[in-house]
Amino acid sequence: MNTEKETWTGYWRPDGRQGVRNLVLVIYTVECAQFVAHAIAQGEPATHVIGFPGCYDNAYAIRLLLSLARHPNVGGVLCVGLGCEYTQPARIAEAVRLSGRPAEWFTIQDVGGTAESIARGKELTARLARQIQRDVRRAPMALADLTVGGECGGSDGTSGLAGNPSVGAFFDRLVDAGGTAVIEETVEMVGLLPLLLERAAHAGAREQLAAAYAKMEAYARSVRQHSIAPGNFAGGLTTIEEKSMGAFVKSGSRPIQGVIRVAERPPHPGLWIMDTVPDEHFMQFGYTNPNDSEGIMDLLSSGAQVNLFVTGRGSVIGSPISPLIKVTGNQQTYRRLEGDMDFNASRVLTGEITLNEAGEELRDLVVQVAGGQASKSEQIGHREYFIMYKHQNAPSPAEGCRG
Amino acid sequence: MKNCFRVHPDDNVATLLEDAEADPVNLIAAEARAIKLNQPVALGHKVALAGIAAGGPIIKYGIRIGVATQDIHPGDWVHLHNCASLVDERAATLDAQTGRPTDTPYE
Repeated sequence: MNTEKETWTGYWRPDGRQGVRNLVLVIYTVECAQFVAHAIAQGEPATHVIGFPGCYDNAYAIRLLLSLARHPNVGGVLCVGLGCEYTQPARIAEAVRLSGRPAEWFTIQDVGGTAESIARGKELTARLARQIQRDVRRAPMALADLTVGGECGGSDGTSGLAGNPSVGAFFDRLVDAGGTAVIEETVEMVGLLPLLLERAAHAGAREQLAAAYAKMEAYARSVRQHSIAPGNFAGGLTTIEEKSMGAFVKSGSRPIQGVIRVAERPPHPGLWIMDTVPDEHFMQFGYTNPNDSEGIMDLLSSGAQVNLFVTGRGSVIGSPISPLIKVTGNQQTYRRLEGDMDFNASRVLTGEITLNEAGEELRDLVVQVAGGQASKSEQIGHREYFIMYKHQNAPSPAEGCRG
Repeated sequence: MKNCFRVHPDDNVATLLEDAEADPVNLIAAEARAIKLNQPVALGHKVALAGIAAGGPIIKYGIRIGVATQDIHPGDWVHLHNCASLVDERAATLDAQTGRPTDTPYE
């Protein structure tokens, strides 16, 4: 193994975390500030936007926003509020400053409307960008310093045969190199409880997996919707059980270290499952995984500096904060959407490459992208995001390392 | 000849690796053989490798992914029209050919 090939120069944050991008993040705290936030970032490739649309704050959404605001790829933050909402831009900025990152905030009502707010925001983000360019410490990184998330969407009959197994082959290599892999989508583990339990690294992980599985099963039943869509059926997947097995193979073959929740960092390297399903609450919050971008936000909240997205039917999404690398196992999709696809895993099905080779190629691609090469969705400028109302019980500090 | 792939030795279905007409296709498995498709089957869709009686399990990846809702013959396309989930009630209401929803009014 050529280890020299597998290192690159990363960005070290004052809190000790290591990023592969050096971004300014604009965060709006209510839908009413969304237009202004996007106008501030317009035309600035290294300034990304996320936000929470609700006026009433939600502990889950605040934890998610804070985990993204202090993400390793984020160097500085500007928080933009309207001024009426429950979610407090000043407190987000304060939490970010405590992590050692520069942060600013204002409300549109204080600054005096749209034009003035956009001008103020552009001035502040330009200053933040200069500051993080100047002050950031550059240092070598390797796979062991990386957390990579895995998600699938627009799955079809090839996803379980080529796309997801290629990601699984890469995740095995990542874990063996001392890195961290995170997958979510427990709603796509239907029927797989025995397999999950067999993969548990220890009794504690087995208990966590059994509990997450039981919660997922009850939740999907209660909302009368499983995680399967018309495109999945059109692509040859007949049942959620079939889709689940195809999705789960992206976990590879290494032991599962345990279950983390949204906005929680894996306590140590290895393969982790993230539980993104709502916990019991007097308010019901609807579907647990309304779209792919929502799942990618959850993976980002674990600190994933790079995410892999497997699509069979074809998806064009990207993501703010971390590069998204899109993989397809469908040769027709690769040909049709080549401008959007980063990795052609259908070569596994035609016999051009083995699964092992796919895992190695994918590792090389992840290293290149971590080293600064733009993924296709980054080149195009895709930065879809989705942050919703949900409830998860807050993890207690005694449970370990929380981010 | 076009190819289909069987994941696990216990599977009674295989996945088409290309769009195929109602012709013989090559089965990629330990005992490679030809399967005659009874109708066209698209890339990513499944063909029955054996007869499956109504109520019998559809096995892929070595696990039960659903049950047959009618008798299935070797070479049949296996999908929503003849296979159902054991957990997903909504799937039974979808258009069997396209998978599109039929239960939401647009009026």
